[in-house]
Amino acid sequence: MPKIGVFVCHCGSNIAGTVDVEKVAAAARTIPGVVVACDYRYMCSEAGQETITKAIREYGLDGVVVCSCSPRMHEATFRRAAEREGLNPYMVEIANIREQCSWIHKNREEATEKAIVLMRAAVAKVKRDTPLTAGRSGVTRRALVIGGGIAGLSTALDVANAGYEVDIVEKEPTIGGKMAQLDKTFPTLDCSACILTPKMVEAAQNENINLYTYSEVEKVSGYVGNFTVTIRKKARFVREDRCTGCGACMEKCPSRKAKNEFNCGLNTRSAIYIPFAQAIPNVAVIDAQHCLKLQTGKCGVCEKVCAAGAIDYTQQDELIQREYGAIVAATGFQPIRPYQFGEYGYGRYPDVITSLELERLMNAAGPTDGELRCPSDGRKPKNIVFIQCVGSRGQTCRDKSYCSKICCMYTAKHAMLIRDHWPDMDVHVFYIDVRTPGKNFDEFYRRAAEEYQVDYRKGQVGKIYEEDGHLMVQGSDLLEDRQVLMPADLVVLAVAVEPSPDARKLATMLTASMDNNDFFTEAHPKLRPVESPTAGIFLSGMCQGPKDIPETVSQAGAAAAKVIGLLSKKELTANPCTAHPEEVRCNGCGECEKVCPYGAISYEEKELRVMGRREKRRVAVVNTALCQGCGACTVACPSGVMDLQGFSNRQILAEVDAICR
Amino acid sequence: MPVKESFTPKIVAFCCNWCSYAGADLAGSSRLSYPADVKIIRVPCSCRVNPMFLLRAFQKGADGVILCGCHPGDCHYSTGNYYARRRMTLLFSMLSYLGIEKERTRVEWVSAAEGARFASVMNDFVGTVQKLGPCRRLEDVRCKE
Ligand SMILES: Cc1cc2nc3c(=O)[nH]c(=O)nc-3n(C[C@H](O)[C@H](O)[C@H](O)COP(=O)(O)OP(=O)(O)OC[C@H]3O[C@@H](n4cnc5c(N)ncnc54)[C@H](O)[C@@H]3O)c2cc1C
Repeated sequence: MPKIGVFVCHCGSNIAGTVDVEKVAAAARTIPGVVVACDYRYMCSEAGQETITKAIREYGLDGVVVCSCSPRMHEATFRRAAEREGLNPYMVEIANIREQCSWIHKNREEATEKAIVLMRAAVAKVKRDTPLTAGRSGVTRRALVIGGGIAGLSTALDVANAGYEVDIVEKEPTIGGKMAQLDKTFPTLDCSACILTPKMVEAAQNENINLYTYSEVEKVSGYVGNFTVTIRKKARFVREDRCTGCGACMEKCPSRKAKNEFNCGLNTRSAIYIPFAQAIPNVAVIDAQHCLKLQTGKCGVCEKVCAAGAIDYTQQDELIQREYGAIVAATGFQPIRPYQFGEYGYGRYPDVITSLELERLMNAAGPTDGELRCPSDGRKPKNIVFIQCVGSRGQTCRDKSYCSKICCMYTAKHAMLIRDHWPDMDVHVFYIDVRTPGKNFDEFYRRAAEEYQVDYRKGQVGKIYEEDGHLMVQGSDLLEDRQVLMPADLVVLAVAVEPSPDARKLATMLTASMDNNDFFTEAHPKLRPVESPTAGIFLSGMCQGPKDIPETVSQAGAAAAKVIGLLSKKELTANPCTAHPEEVRCNGCGECEKVCPYGAISYEEKELRVMGRREKRRVAVVNTALCQGCGACTVACPSGVMDLQGFSNRQILAEVDAICR
Repeated sequence: MPVKESFTPKIVAFCCNWCSYAGADLAGSSRLSYPADVKIIRVPCSCRVNPMFLLRAFQKGADGVILCGCHPGDCHYSTGNYYARRRMTLLFSMLSYLGIEKERTRVEWVSAAEGARFASVMNDFVGTVQKLGPCRRLEDVRCKE
C-alpha cells in the first residue's frame, strides 16, 4: 500500500477559525495507508514546506495530501516542494478546505465534517496517482499583438526592444486606436497626437515589428509557446508597396458621402481615403461600399490620378499563416452609442453629442478645425452642459453596472479647456459623484471647478427637450435640493465605455475567458493581472477593463514583461495530464478522434500482443504535445480504454466513493 | 411518534477547472455561503465527466449530482461543454426512466467571475434536493455497514 502523508494548514485563522484542523489530521490518521498526518499554521511558508519535505524523507512517502487553500493558489508550490525532495510532483493532491469550506461555512462542526470528507476524497485520489513526467516543447520566439492602440503599441515596442519579433494585427487601416482621436490628454493637457505619433512611427520603424493593418485574426490553434494564427489581410485595393500617401486620389474621388469614422461621423470623407494625416501606414484604402468603380464598374478616377500606379481594383483578401510563442490581446474599447437613453435625445438633437465627438470638435485637425461649433447650425455655443455617468454605474439593463473610470477626468479636462479657450462660454457639469483618484487627478478636477469656475452640480438630468429651437436641460440639484432648468446650446454626454465588439469572437478563438461585460478576465485579479487564465495569452489595455492612458501604458509594459519572460525560455514544460489509450483494448473505431478539439488523436497500425498472440491492429495514438487534457475523448470511447492521466476514471470514481461514503 | 430527523443530502458537484471551480473559489473568497452538503470534485473540463461517474454517485448514496461548466462559447477547450450537455441530456432521461427525479441532476454554466451565481445555484439545488428527500433507488445497499 502506498504511504501517504496528510498536511492540514491553519492558514492563520482563515481555516483554523472555522475548521477543527487537529480533528481533520486525527481523522486522516485513521485512514489505511496514511502514515503521517499533522497540522501547521502556514503550510505554504518555508517552515510549512519543510514539514512536508521532512515527512517525505522520514516516512518515505509515496503521496502527499495538503488540506489548504484552492489548488489554484498553491498546488504549484507544494508540487515543487515535493519535487525538491525527489517525490514526483504529480503525487501531490490538494483538498480545498479554505475557499470551498472554511470561508463559506459558519458552523464549526459542519465545516470540520466537510473538511474531513474533502480530505478523504483527496487521499482516495492520491492513492491512485501515478508519477507523471511533463513533456517539453519549444518556444516560437515571436509575439502577436492584436490591436494597435496605445496599449498594443506599447507592449509591442517593449517586446521588440528586448530583441524579439512582434507582429501587430490592427483591424483599422491605421494603428493608433482611440488615442489618435483625442485632442489633449489629462492630467497634463499635452496634445494627444504629439505624444502618440512618435510611438506610432517608432513601431513602424522598429525592425523587429511587423504591422498588419486592415487585418484581422481569423483562426488560432496550438498552445503556449506554439500558436499558429491565420491572419486575414483585407483588400485595400491599394498596393501598400507603391502608395506614397500623396492624397491626390482623395482630392479627386467623386464619391464623398461616406461618414468619416475618424471624426465620429461629424463630417464626410471620400471613398478612397487615409484616415488622418499622421496615419500609419500612410497608405490610402478604398471603402468598397462607397466606391463607384467597385459598386458600379464606372469611375476609375483614382487609378487615373495615381502617379505611383498603386490602385488595384482586383485586390483580394489575403490569408497569412504565422507561428507565435505568445499572444497579447489589446483590442481596447469603444464608447457606447447612447440611443437607448431617449431622455437625452442623442440622435434626435444634433447638438447632443458624446465626449469623443467633442474631442473631434475641439481638435485642430477635426471637422471644425478646432473651433467649437454646434453641429446643428455651426453657431458658437454659449451654454454647454455636460452629463456624467451616462450608461455607467446603473442598475437597469440599459446601463453598464461598472464605473467607466475615465469620464470624470476627461469631463474636467473638456470643461477646463473650453473655459480656457473660450472664457465667454458657460460650462455646467451634472455629476453623481466625482471620482478622481490618481496622481494629480483631484488637483486637476479642483482646478476646473475653482480656477476655471466650472459649475459642478450634483444631480441627474431627467430630460432634454427642445423649446423654441433651444435645447432645455431639466435636472435636479441634490445639494440645493431643487429642480433646475437651463438652456443649452451644446450637451455633451460622458458615455460609458464598453469592450470592442469583436472582442468576444476573439476570446473564443483564443479560449481566453471574459467577464459578464465582455472584458477579458485576468488569471488572478491581484497577483496575475496581465495574464489570461489560458497559458500564453496576455492582456494589455482597455480590453481588460476601463483605464486611462497612464494605466494602459503601465499595464502594457507589464504584459510585455510577461511575454519577454515566456519568449526567453529555452523550452516549456507541457501539461502531463494528457489522454492515453490502453492499446490492447482499443479497436480503432475512431470515436475519440472525432471529439478531439486539437486534432491530437490519430490511428496507427500496431503489432500488439493480445492474449499471448501477436496481432496487427489499428489503434488510437495521442500526440501528447497537442493534447491539452480536456478529457472529451475519454467519455467518447465506447470501450472505455481512453483515460486521462491525473484525472483517471479510477481516481475520479475513488473521489466519488469517498464523498458518498 | 419518532422525531423527524432533518435530512442532510449528499451532493456531488463536478466543476470544470477553468470556469466553475474558479467560480466556486470566488464564492469562497467573497464569503458567499451555500450548504456544506455540496462537495466539489475538480475535473479539467465538463466533458471529462463520464455519465458513469453520476451513476456511481447515486449508487453510493448521493442524493443529487450537479455538473458545472463554462458558459456556451467560453469553454477553455472550445467545445467541451457542448459534449457535456449532450451526454447529460441523454443520461438524465435515462435516469428519469429509472425513477430518479430529474430535479436531482443538473447542468449549470458558471464562469470564473460568477462567485455569486455559483453560490445561488448551489443554494437552489440543495434546496430542491432537500425537498425531494433521500434518494435510495439506485443505492447499492449490499456493501453498507
Ligand atoms: C472621450 C475620451 C477622452 C479621453 N481622454 C483621455 C485623457 O485625456 N487622458 C487619458 O489618459 N485617457 C483618456 N481617454 C482614455 C484613452 O482613450 C484610453 O485609455 C486608451 O485609448 C486605451 O488604449 P487601448 O489601446 O487599450 O484601446 P484603443 O485605443 O481602443 O485601441 C484598441 C485598438 O485595437 C483595435 N482592435 C479592436 N479590436 C480588434 C480586433 N479584433 N482585431 C484587431 N484590432 C482590433 C482597434 O481598432 C484599436 O486600434 C479618453 C477616452 C475617451 C473615450
